[in-house]
Amino acid sequence: MNLAHLAAGIGAGLIIIGGGLGIGKLASSAMEASGRQPEAAGAIRTSMIIAAALIEGIAFFGLIICFMLVSKG
Amino acid sequence: MKGNTVLDTLKVTSDTLHNTVDKNSDNGWILHHVMDGKTIDFAPFGEFRIPQIPTIFGLDITPTKHVFFMWISAILLIVIMTYVARGYKKSLIPRKFSNFFEIMIVFVRDEIARPTIGHGYEKFTPYLLTAFFFILFGNFLGLLPYSSTFTSNLGVTATLAGFTFIMTQFGGMRQNGIIGYWKGLVPHGVPLWMLPLMIPVEILGLLTKPFALAIRLFANMIAGHTVILALLGLIFFMKSIFVAPVSIGFALFINLLEMLVSLIQAYIFTMLSSLFIGMAVNQDH
Repeated sequence: MNLAHLAAGIGAGLIIIGGGLGIGKLASSAMEASGRQPEAAGAIRTSMIIAAALIEGIAFFGLIICFMLVSKG
Repeated sequence: MKGNTVLDTLKVTSDTLHNTVDKNSDNGWILHHVMDGKTIDFAPFGEFRIPQIPTIFGLDITPTKHVFFMWISAILLIVIMTYVARGYKKSLIPRKFSNFFEIMIVFVRDEIARPTIGHGYEKFTPYLLTAFFFILFGNFLGLLPYSSTFTSNLGVTATLAGFTFIMTQFGGMRQNGIIGYWKGLVPHGVPLWMLPLMIPVEILGLLTKPFALAIRLFANMIAGHTVILALLGLIFFMKSIFVAPVSIGFALFINLLEMLVSLIQAYIFTMLSSLFIGMAVNQDH
């Protein structure tokens, strides 16, 4: 029975919930803002991609820890 | 735990990742393909084992796979950029090949360096351009067959983040004076009783920013290649040929996504570097 593998799986799931919620909220406000002012859609899209990459960066911190857990067990 | 916690964490991470690089085990082969190693393999044709160089002062400096690809990227960068720069001697309007690079160079200068650094951005633009193109070429080189991504190595990304750290500190100290820079870390008009809290927070903030830069680039590159290899390995794991169309379709999609992610990660690294330099140089913003 290897608890480290179980921990890695649960951890990865929680990371995905956090990252998905964050980027979903970001994308929804970006869509809303683009709908309100279609001329600004280009600038909004650029900022959205930057913010998504930063949130993804945080999610990857957790992924590294999950990799470490999987290989330790 | 005596000693530096950050170095210990880095050592544990790299040791863990290295210990699973067993080519023939069940899931060690993925990391074997992604991590550094002393062989460059051309899969059906055999492999090329890099010759061992005798150790100097106890350090083993044999070039590994990632070092070899870093050389390729550096040589590519030098050749292309000197060709582009020399084309400007004849006329200010570039031809087709230089035009392509002029788009990206002007993009880095006008959209990344100038808005974030503001006054005095010309001094830092060469570093930002070098970082952007080095990481971009490295990420794209990793997508070719038989090659490896050297930015998926924590040592490389930590060094690049270290360069950004050095640029921010020295740029800030040159602009604001050595004492003035450290005094300017804490914002203006903070009440005196908050200083014992603000000073460690600011210094910790100085250290975590390059750390996040390194880990972000490293993790993005490793995750992409790991997903591609895992999807393709699903064919062999299921031992059935009918998984192949689905698996290859997904792997193709993830490969295209990897191209986008390579570009975005080079852009994000450069953008955050210039943001940190801007915050250090123009401290009253």
